Parts: sequence; C-alpha cells; structure tokens
Amino acid sequence: MNDLAALVGERSIVVTCGSGGVGKTTTAAVLAQEGARQGRRSCVVTIDPARRLADALGLAGLTNSPSRIDGPWAGELWAVMLDTKGTFDDLVHRYSADGEQAERILANRFYRNISGALSGTQEYMAAEKLYELHESGRFDLVVVDTPPTRNALDFLDAPSRLTRFLDHRLYRVLMTPTRAYLRAVNVAAQAFLRTVSKVVGGDVIADAIAFFQAFDGMETGFRERAVRVIDLLRAPSTAYVLVASPKRDTVEEASFFAAKLAESGLSVSALVVNRMHPGFGAGDAAQARAGVAGDPARAALWRNLADLRQVHEREAEQVAGLAEEVAPAPVVTVPLLHDDVHDLVGLEAVGAHLFGPGT
Amino acid sequence: MDPVQFFSTSRLLVVAGKGGVGKTTVTAAIARAAAGQGQRVLVVELEAKSGLAAMLGAGTELPHDEVVVATGLGPSGQGEVRARLVTPAQALLDYLEEKGLRRLSNRLVRHGLLDLVATAAPGIDDILVLGKVKKLERSGEADLLVLDAPAAGHAVRFLESARGLLDAVHVGPINTQAREVLEMLSDPARCQVVLVTLPEETPVNEAVETAYALEDRVGVTLGPVVVNALYPHVEGLDADPGEGPEAGALRDAAAFRRARLALQDEQVARLAAALALPQLHLPFVFTAGVGPAEVGVLADELLAGVAELAA
Repeated sequence: MNDLAALVGERSIVVTCGSGGVGKTTTAAVLAQEGARQGRRSCVVTIDPARRLADALGLAGLTNSPSRIDGPWAGELWAVMLDTKGTFDDLVHRYSADGEQAERILANRFYRNISGALSGTQEYMAAEKLYELHESGRFDLVVVDTPPTRNALDFLDAPSRLTRFLDHRLYRVLMTPTRAYLRAVNVAAQAFLRTVSKVVGGDVIADAIAFFQAFDGMETGFRERAVRVIDLLRAPSTAYVLVASPKRDTVEEASFFAAKLAESGLSVSALVVNRMHPGFGAGDAAQARAGVAGDPARAALWRNLADLRQVHEREAEQVAGLAEEVAPAPVVTVPLLHDDVHDLVGLEAVGAHLFGPGT
Repeated sequence: MDPVQFFSTSRLLVVAGKGGVGKTTVTAAIARAAAGQGQRVLVVELEAKSGLAAMLGAGTELPHDEVVVATGLGPSGQGEVRARLVTPAQALLDYLEEKGLRRLSNRLVRHGLLDLVATAAPGIDDILVLGKVKKLERSGEADLLVLDAPAAGHAVRFLESARGLLDAVHVGPINTQAREVLEMLSDPARCQVVLVTLPEETPVNEAVETAYALEDRVGVTLGPVVVNALYPHVEGLDADPGEGPEAGALRDAAAFRRARLALQDEQVARLAAALALPQLHLPFVFTAGVGPAEVGVLADELLAGVAELAA
C-alpha cells in the first residue's frame, strides 16, 4: 500500500485543492473509491463535475443528499453534488426559532443573493456540508472537492465570513432597536446609507435591512457552528491533497495553494500530478534530437520522440520543484490518458496509477 | 479574411474559456497579432497573477496603470501593446471619484463594505469592472481591447451581470452603467467573445455549453473559437523504427502521437459539428513554458489562421 492509499485508509476528511482543469474532481472521486475498496464507508462531495462523470457517479440530477454508488468494493461509496443554496437553506431552518422566521429569511431577496452568489458562499457551504456529513456518523471518510478558483482556500476562512458580516458595524447599526439612539449615535452611518442608496437604489438597502432584522437571534447558532466547522478543517484527521497538472501556470497555482495552507498552519498531505506526458525510454530529448540528422530515414520518428521527451523533461522539472516545496508530502503522478474519465472503469484506471496496481 | 479587417471588426475582444485551456496565452497571442498589423492594443486582465505579464515580457504582475509592453510594431511602426489590470475595488474607487464621491469611496473600501453592497446587488463588482472596460473602449485610446475574462462558468455570470443588475437596480447610476454595458456587449461592432478550448472531450463540451449560454443569456456575438494546444500533424510516423536500442521508444512515441492526433481530430470535428463558428488552431508548445518568444510564434499562427477565414 502506498502513502496515498494509507492516507485514504486513515484520515476521516480529505480535501482536494487545485486550479481548474487539472482533474481535481476525478481525483476526489478516485480517492473516495479507494476508501470504499479498503472497506470504509466513504462519501465524495463534488462541486461541479463534468456531465459524464456526474452520470457515472449517479449525480445527473442535483442531489444535495448522498446517493449510493454500487460497485465491487468491500465498503460503501456515496456521492453528493453540492447544492450551495439548498445547504444554506438547511442551515437557516436548523437555526431559526420557528418556521415563520425561516420563511421570512428564505423569501428575502438579499438572502437569496447571499445564498446564491456571495463570493465565498460556495466555499462556506462546501465546508458546512463536509461538517454535516462527518457529524452524521454515516461515513468513515468524506472527500471534498473545492471550487476551482484561486479563492478555494477561502474554504478555510469561509465559515467565519458570514459571522464577520454579522459582526460588521453596519449590521449593528441596522439592528439597533431604538430610532432615537440610532439618530444620536449614527447620523454619519445614516448619511452613508443614504448615499449608498443613491448609487445602488433604495430597494437594495431596504432588502438588506429586512434580512438583518429577520436574521436576529440566529447569529449565535451560526457562529458556534462556524467555530466547530473550522475546528474540523484544522483537525489532524483532516488531510489536504494538492492536485496539479505539470504545466507552469498550474504548478504556480499549486504552489500558491501550498503557501496559503502553510499560512494557515496546515500542510499538504500529498501531491497528485495528473496529465503527465510519458518519457519514452531512458534517453533524453537531446539524444533523440541528434537522431533526426543521424538517421534520416526515421527523421520524423526521432523528431517526434525528441518533442515528446522535451515535454516530459520540462514537466518533470516543474513537478520536481513543486515536490520540493511540499516535501515531505508523497508525490504521485498520473499519465496523460487518452480518454476522459466518465465511468467507474475509468476511475479504476486512474486508481491503478494513484495507488499502484492490484492494491 | 484580411487580418487588419479581422482585428477591426470589434473594438473589444473578450477571451473566455475554462481553466487550464490557455486563455491567457491566447489573450497574449491575439494582442501581439493585432499589434503586428499596426493596431494600438490594450490588454486588460482581471486577476493580478494570471501570468499574462510574464508572457508579454512585462515583469511578473501588471499594475492598475497602463504599462507599455511593446511599441513600433506593424508595417508603419504604429502597432503597440499596452497592458493593465482592472479590479472591482479599483474600478469602484475610480467610479465614485468621477461622481464626486471620494469620501464615500474611502469608507466603502476601508470598511470592506464593497462586499455588503456586492451582496445586496450581486454582479455589482462585475458591472464596475465592465463599466471601466466600457470606458476604456469608448475613450478611443486603443484600436483594440483584449480582455482576459474569468474562467468559463464565471465568464457567463460576469457578462450576464449587466442584465441581472437591470432587474435588481431600477434607478440611479448603477442602472445607467448596466444599461450602457449591455449596449456594448450586444453590439457586434463594439464587442465579440472569443472562446478558447482544448481538443479534448470535456473542454469541447464546456465550450459548446458556454457558447450557447453566452448567446442566449448575454446576447453577445461570438467570434471564432480558438482550439489551443494542437499537436502538429507529422508525416512519416508510420516508418519502421528498426532494431536499434531506441526502437521501442521510437515506436511507442509514434503510437502515442498518432493516438493524440486521432483524438484531437475527432474532438475538432465534434466541435465543428456542435458549434457553427469558424475555428482558429494554435499548436502545442513543446518548449519550456510560454514567454514572449512563444507568444510571437503563436501570434503568427493566429494570423495564418485568420487569413484563411472566410471574409
């Protein structure tokens, strides 16, 4: 069993992070599948899988609760496609005093904007979903795919975003019950709101005020839960797997993620590099290049070999630099595959590269 | 099509595509190609660390103020490439300052209130950026603006923001701003979107989806699709690799290349069948990384592709 397989067998949370187009979603699915092979009850939370992969995972319809995927493994494999708004709605229901308060919030336009579009909400809800699944006790392993943005690690910070929002001075101004007090202390704030209204229109501000008033009384619950979610993200049983492809720009992004994790006092548990060009034999590109002139009958073959080896060498160099940055985290590479992964057989094939054959 | 005519079709080219397809590389190549035809080009990027600066040979990060990247290009030496960064916070500051609301702008930024306002009216940060782009487009200081748009899913939301905001904000300067941005986006003489994709299954699917979403939901005109990183076809891959010590490597490498070529031909055909848009093809770059020299090569390839487009 290699280090990555061991990781999947031991940890209770695995977070995959990396930029778009590097095979992050597929990697997350393969890690969860390996968990199931090792006899664990594992669940993968994906954000935005390509359609055929979603079909393979039984996620064709938007399902915010786990659906089980049958396959030849000892444990269980489940998959969830994150529904950001649905997850947020569930939270509102959980912490509202009564159905009436929940309805008032859910119907508010400002809330609908927060739950649908506020930057960071997707990251926050991914963390929230992960916490919910972990707490349910139904799973030994939860693998979560982060959004493919530079801000994906806002994930670590996302749960405190909303609470910071609530801590905001403006919120307190809006929540101050007596108008007299408000006038006395916050004339400036009022003037400020009036100016903002002039720019964006009055309804917008009215919606925001109505939201904060409807939200009254729920902050404590939200805040406490956010603290527990953050604790889970920082727990030693949570692993961060960095996913990259060997191109310079994605390696730079990966290195940015590694630095961001380190800043938060966390470290990369493993590095997966997808889409590596094969090296073809033991020789190097320069040798093959020499063959172009030296063996004219096969010039095209030599030129092709030289080109592909050059790509391989340059990719290996990129990976070596990144591996050094995340040391001592194990590094696993997956070759460039000719077919996109869109079924369980495809996942198995990637798994063979990640965990070695016959594990 | 005459390249000069091609690059004068719209004042603004928005380069969009999913992460990892080489959107930024294509942005740089288009800028260089147009400047090579004598155009004064302004490249606009929205994220500070996209790698665009390095590709253009302009250091590691672009500033908010324009930097001149290359001059004296084109037949008459008029062609040039300038580049700058536009971020929502900076666009907001500029905007409020113009409206004589400097004090407000300082407070908005200092208290992080942009977040609150952006939540109250989602898309407001996008519209600020697009508003700034529109202003640059109107100023006439560049013949062509090339905008490196956010990655695919977000590109649709980004360009859709104008329409969304018109529904949410009925009066005031933001409403005006959104209306003017929408006018620009839906006028093919002012704006076109160039989609970038790779000759692989998932990127092709996503390019097709994005194309329909942009046409239906934004009403923007689509220019040619750029298919990036195509392995050039090679004659003679079927030659006998012989019996030498490298015969196995030669054979395997040739088989790999043939498989990739077959795969990409299939995907290019699939894209053509699904999207009735002309395609421009850019080759895979075998050398280490994309710098100014590689951008120059890609720009030439792009021009060759443009010349073959129907007028």
